Amino acid sequence: MAGQTDHSLSIFSAAEVEFIAEDEMIEIVPNIRMDALNLLCGDFGPFVPQIPCTVPLWLAVALKKRGKCSIRTPDWMSVEKLTQVLEAERESPREFQPLPFHYVEISRLLLDHAHDDIPEVYMVRSLIEDIRNVRFHKVESGLETISGRTHAVKLKNLSAMEVNLVRPFMARVLQAFYKHDSPEMVQQADTSASKRPQVVDRGPRRDLRPR
Amino acid sequence: MEWWEDEGLGLKKTDVEAMREAWRREKAAPEMLEFEEELVRRLREQMQLQEDTIMAMEGDGDGDDLTTTSLQLQHMDLDRALFLLKSYLRLRLTKLQKHLYFYASLPHSSSPLSPQELLFCHRCLHATSRHLHHSLLSLLPSHYQSLSRQSTSSDHDDMLHSHSPHLDTFVFCKPTTDVGAFQLDDTGDDIVDLVVDDLYVLRYNSIRALVQSRRIHLI
Repeated sequence: MAGQTDHSLSIFSAAEVEFIAEDEMIEIVPNIRMDALNLLCGDFGPFVPQIPCTVPLWLAVALKKRGKCSIRTPDWMSVEKLTQVLEAERESPREFQPLPFHYVEISRLLLDHAHDDIPEVYMVRSLIEDIRNVRFHKVESGLETISGRTHAVKLKNLSAMEVNLVRPFMARVLQAFYKHDSPEMVQQADTSASKRPQVVDRGPRRDLRPR
Repeated sequence: MEWWEDEGLGLKKTDVEAMREAWRREKAAPEMLEFEEELVRRLREQMQLQEDTIMAMEGDGDGDDLTTTSLQLQHMDLDRALFLLKSYLRLRLTKLQKHLYFYASLPHSSSPLSPQELLFCHRCLHATSRHLHHSLLSLLPSHYQSLSRQSTSSDHDDMLHSHSPHLDTFVFCKPTTDVGAFQLDDTGDDIVDLVVDDLYVLRYNSIRALVQSRRIHLI
């Protein structure tokens, strides 16, 4: 089964998922005065002390690390909102609550580099961990329901990091089911070769020249 | 006007953003997608310009804290764009090497490869064939020396049937617009309602046309 398709190419590393997330926009409050930045990914600034502005997350973290700004915690990362989300997640065993697509990466970066800008940071950290656990548990249970009849899966509101974690397994499982469910496979049921477990059936049998 | 400049809201996408999406698409798709010649060329030009600007600023050398910070940020931005570009090109080459014979034998008009990739493909194939011939094939009886056929009595290229990309891979995707009821395969049994921004896991083959017309994003 391992040789069927190579999934290594389509796999994003966690670092790559974070890289994509770092382009999300976030609000900062600079404490310095700096000219506008004309970057390849857009124009930002000029930066004026105490005047909030919106920049990509990687830029915000870079400025924060250099002590040049504070980061305004996004609304969804408040204790109030997160508690609501957690409760809703626990109450609905099959649905995922809407959260920003990159909520895992964004919260990780902010907790690591801007924890002094987050109100009630310990509560926030713990809530997010709980949310991640509940959601992932749902994903795992969902995986158990995949069967031969599954030709498409809908995963509404799943986030980027969660997608990345299940991607290899889910893709392989769906593919295996699809392959073994296809009509050509069923027709070969009378050939004893396709029943032998150790034979990896890669497709319609090819006649090799008889000796 | 390119498709990425006409995104409804009238917000012009930066080339970096377009490159990021092309990279994601290429990563997720099992086959080689059309080479983004224009995009790559423009991005390289912009990167060169930016590099020149940075070098000029460094030359002026105020050395003060703000200028340093500004320069560092510009470097970071450039590095990010460079990573996307490099990763995109490398990814394509890796994909290409998995199915060399297939892409080498595609007619020129329908080939998704850039001229450099095509050259690479032929050279790689040539080197591989030579190696296989020297190390193994020339030692086999003459009837069995072909790379593409099991023996001279085969009536078609039966050694190469596994060389085309597996389009049946399942991919994660999100529609960019409401596609509505969508037929997944020829038998007409499977109809899926594709709603904008919902996440689906579908067979690549079914949604190939949607990917090409950019009506669905690969995640």
